Amino acid sequence: MSKDIRIKKGLNINLVGAAEQNTSKAVLSNVYALNLDDFHGITPKLLLKEGSEVKAGEPIFYNKNIEEMQFVSPVSGEIVEVIRGARRRILTIKILADKEQGFHVSKTLDLDSVDAETVRKTLLQSGCWPFIKQRPYDIIANPDATPKAIFVSAHATAPLAANVDYALKGKEAELQAAITALGKLTPGKIHVSVGDTSSSIFAAVNGVTLHKVSGPHPSGLVGTQINKIDPINKGEMVWTISPQDLVIMGEFLLTGKFNAERVVALAGSAVKSPKYYTTKIGAEISTFLYASGVNDEKFRLINGDVLTGHKTAPDGHLGFYNNTVTAIPEGDDYEFFGWNKPVFNKISSTRALTFSWLNKNKKYDLDTNTNGEHRAFVVTGKYEEVFPLDIYPLQLLKACMVKDLDEMEQLGLYEVAPEDFSLTEFICISKQPHQQIIREGLDLMYQEIG
Amino acid sequence: MKEKLHQLKLKYQGKKMAPAFNALHTFLYTPNETTHSGGHVRAVDDLKRTMNTVILALVPCLLFGIFNAGYQHYSAINGFPTDFSVMEHFITWDNFWLGAITVLPLVIVSYGVGLLIEFIFAVIKGHEVEEGYLVTGMLVPLIIPVDTPLWMLAVAVAFGVIIGKEVFGGTGMNILNPALTIRAFLFFAYPTWMSGDKVWVHGAKEGMTQAGSTDAISGETILGYLAQGNASEFSYSLSDMFFGFIPGSVGETSTFLILLGGLFLIFSKIASWRIMVSAVLGSLAMGLIFNGVVDAGWIPDYSKFYGLMQFDFWKHLIVGGLAFGIVYMATDPVTGSQTNKGKWVYGFLIGFISVMIRVFNPGYPEGVFLAILLMNVFAPTIDHYVVQGNVRKRMKRLKNATIFPKPSDGKAEELKAETV
Repeated sequence: MSKDIRIKKGLNINLVGAAEQNTSKAVLSNVYALNLDDFHGITPKLLLKEGSEVKAGEPIFYNKNIEEMQFVSPVSGEIVEVIRGARRRILTIKILADKEQGFHVSKTLDLDSVDAETVRKTLLQSGCWPFIKQRPYDIIANPDATPKAIFVSAHATAPLAANVDYALKGKEAELQAAITALGKLTPGKIHVSVGDTSSSIFAAVNGVTLHKVSGPHPSGLVGTQINKIDPINKGEMVWTISPQDLVIMGEFLLTGKFNAERVVALAGSAVKSPKYYTTKIGAEISTFLYASGVNDEKFRLINGDVLTGHKTAPDGHLGFYNNTVTAIPEGDDYEFFGWNKPVFNKISSTRALTFSWLNKNKKYDLDTNTNGEHRAFVVTGKYEEVFPLDIYPLQLLKACMVKDLDEMEQLGLYEVAPEDFSLTEFICISKQPHQQIIREGLDLMYQEIG
Repeated sequence: MKEKLHQLKLKYQGKKMAPAFNALHTFLYTPNETTHSGGHVRAVDDLKRTMNTVILALVPCLLFGIFNAGYQHYSAINGFPTDFSVMEHFITWDNFWLGAITVLPLVIVSYGVGLLIEFIFAVIKGHEVEEGYLVTGMLVPLIIPVDTPLWMLAVAVAFGVIIGKEVFGGTGMNILNPALTIRAFLFFAYPTWMSGDKVWVHGAKEGMTQAGSTDAISGETILGYLAQGNASEFSYSLSDMFFGFIPGSVGETSTFLILLGGLFLIFSKIASWRIMVSAVLGSLAMGLIFNGVVDAGWIPDYSKFYGLMQFDFWKHLIVGGLAFGIVYMATDPVTGSQTNKGKWVYGFLIGFISVMIRVFNPGYPEGVFLAILLMNVFAPTIDHYVVQGNVRKRMKRLKNATIFPKPSDGKAEELKAETV
């Protein structure tokens, strides 16, 4: 039974520099890297040392707490460097790519007859498992649990995010394989949400429950969709996976090869000609950034979209989960009487001498300035205007700040991920770090209860 | 200039006086701070802009208050003009000058004392100077009688800022509205000054005499007349009440300008329209109840409450400080209810209780500030029940939870039994 989801509360952040629907192949990167920050909460244990040769799809490290969960190399080559931080924590693993790519080939499964246990084992060994995330806690899914449902959002509403329909073109077979396999792992449904006007290729995929989503951001966030379709209760588990990762998983299931290639949108006002590139997980961003050119001297490069991405640099590497790279101007400059002048060129959720309400479709060139200093929570009732989940955002944030586990649970922390608070963070008048507060709350909860 | 200040900022960084310097610096320039966690872009609104908008909405009330202070003073001495015209009798240089020298010192003392304390606390505690006092400092001179001695005001502001706000942790943490705490302190610490019929018009206290008579001038408010059962004695017309040519606290008299300010705050989405609307409804409801009691003949006309109870229910909104309180004080987001549903209850009760206290208060015929302070205390309780509604919904859902056993253990069923 599919359900149409209409979101009213929210805010579309229209930025200049949307990627043009035109894909180029990025120059091959010399060095690829896995950034361990992408795998939140994982304690890595290396399987291979610096200097070892790996093939694409060959395990490099595993999760110390769940040993069968392996993480694989996106390319074949030599592990040239393992960068460690404080207390020898591994930060980044760098791989120098071979000219000729060799794959670590696994046996393919007969997807129609295979049982759940085999699928689970295969995915864990293949390195595809980390694509699956779980809620509660927004971490890599625990393979020991059975989810009540799996959610896929094929509708991107985040500012400048890659268009899902465009990026998935021609990948029906891969998607079908991945969906069939995942279907074995849950007795529940696989919910896929698509935009109400899009002609998504998921319409042709069997084994999914399709939902049509409309309305402003965050209607495309999977957390919003879960809350509207089948909210998470205490003790329940749902899994989420993004469509571009389904493609990699599907290709592995069909061919036995872990092919880390994906279509990435390079967007943002600091990019001269924003467009799509085909590249691989872990590729150096400069390999496609400079092909499009940059406008500014000083810009912020973001692995992901402007609301949820991580800061990186041209010599940084494409994140494990990202299909968007955004570059926007840095805003480290003062503005004379910036707090009381009428403002026309920035987005506002009020009309306090700010005029973004005049034209809802106008595109803005926002920089990274905070437009004000961090303050205590003062204004109320604003977050609710952009927060469609049936949760009290201010109260939940405060519960996380005071580390009140009972209240966090009662107010619905199990249902949210930091990204669900990215819009409230954007409009926050007190400039509070909402995503960080929620992340710390989830971590505390996982540690104490999880 | 920009560069010099930037160098100074770097020099002061980490020093004790940094918050004081930064407060002045960020007043001139929005800081060069960039996002460093979570999202990389932010909306333009900050607390300074929010507070500034409220101040903008207050400026008409302040200007009107200045002229009205002069107008009331000269009218009390020379008698009210018979053929009143705004340009001729109200917006005059004399009125402005007298108003300015009586009202502006109140503004200066309020801001001076309050901001000094804010700066001292910021330096001691090492946090930035928060903007809350910008509005409080403007509200205070508007809600006190024009002849309030400056030293009393200074003491009250110090009390209000320290006990009302800073001990709780500063802006955003206080339980009671600081401006109203200051007003309540004045009222309870100096009751003989703050009530009666002598403080509302400049000069009445010193016993200036009316021209041609030896009677001291009187500056009784409309509510004062009503409370004493002398409803027939005041000669203010309905439009006087609505446009504000009546005695009262400095900024509270002009319902018209307050209405404009309120509409501006609602339009700019700074103040909660829910609180304003429900507070108006609440006061009308209580007024109707009182009118009903009078109509039913349950109260004799010699009762000391009769005067205020028979006052038309809707007129409560255009006399006294009710309108000002509803628009500028009840909507304070920190001390008010924080949930949208809670705001309806909170606002309604403020209106309801304001009129109730106004009628039944034997010493002082005004109740808005007491009603708002009372509801400030109850706002967290209201919110608690609203939020509990959400929690109960979640608990109800939990009964249908589908929890699958983990392959490794069979404890899931027990877990479910335990959580339901």
